[in-house]
Amino acid sequence: MPAPHTDDIALRVRAIESLLVEKGLVQPAALAAIVETYETKIGPHNGAQVVARAWTDPAFKARLLSDATAAIAELGFSGVQGEDMVVVENTPTVHNMVVCTLCSCYPWPTLGLPPNWYKSAPYRARAVIDPRGVLTEFGVELPPEKEVRVWDSNAELRYLVLPERPAGTEGMDAAALAALVSRDAMIGTGVATSSSGAAR
Amino acid sequence: MNGVHDLGGMHGMGPINPEPNEPVFHAPWERTAFGLFITTFAGGHFNVDEFRHAIEKMDAAHYLESSYYAHWMHAVEDLLVQRGALTSAEIDGRMAQLAKEAA
Repeated sequence: MPAPHTDDIALRVRAIESLLVEKGLVQPAALAAIVETYETKIGPHNGAQVVARAWTDPAFKARLLSDATAAIAELGFSGVQGEDMVVVENTPTVHNMVVCTLCSCYPWPTLGLPPNWYKSAPYRARAVIDPRGVLTEFGVELPPEKEVRVWDSNAELRYLVLPERPAGTEGMDAAALAALVSRDAMIGTGVATSSSGAAR
Repeated sequence: MNGVHDLGGMHGMGPINPEPNEPVFHAPWERTAFGLFITTFAGGHFNVDEFRHAIEKMDAAHYLESSYYAHWMHAVEDLLVQRGALTSAEIDGRMAQLAKEAA
């Protein structure tokens, strides 16, 4: 039987790892390389480049909204958990927010691995029944007349929010703009501001 | 499947508590768990639907009280044992051996 509730998970993982390595089913170097890729190379800085390009290149934005997977691949971001992407655009009248109520579906190539709260019960339960309350918890206050659309990701389809470009950034180039795009702004639990950063 | 994983719309799950500047992994074992999933998945031991199903049929109470990568390890172990790549006895034996070495 799989792990009982009181199990020492760290010990269990080490035991399974050592057995799989011993049997030649897992190569330690391959495992280390994969983990390093997701810790250091793939993350929200990728998605921020997509957003900044859309803010500065209307033709790219049009492609992004009509075939997100192909447009995102133009910037070199594709692969596992990003095979079928949809980009939803925030506007002065609509705010979009993404959840995966069933588990943790998330666009890995553009955002990296999801934060714990995205995978945890409270967000998954409440995003679809009380999105404005959830947004308040993230410090996002929207005018009551603004429509909130919540998108439930699934194993086949992953969403990325295209935030509104902040006012006062007209003179900025794509690289400077990308630094304003946070992970949460691309999930829809945040917004981009002229001073926001990619840390969260 | 109408299981405990189908959380959308449930009440009583508490606050979200986002963690500022959250690391990608919170413990070394999570890093290993992620790597074991990717390598065994890429090795063709199971597909993504089988993986999700293995998580979705977890004991409901265990599902709610265990962490995300614990779900992943549960599924990886469940599927590898099912497919004969590992046995539960081997895992128990190796755990006992490692615990003894660490003592």
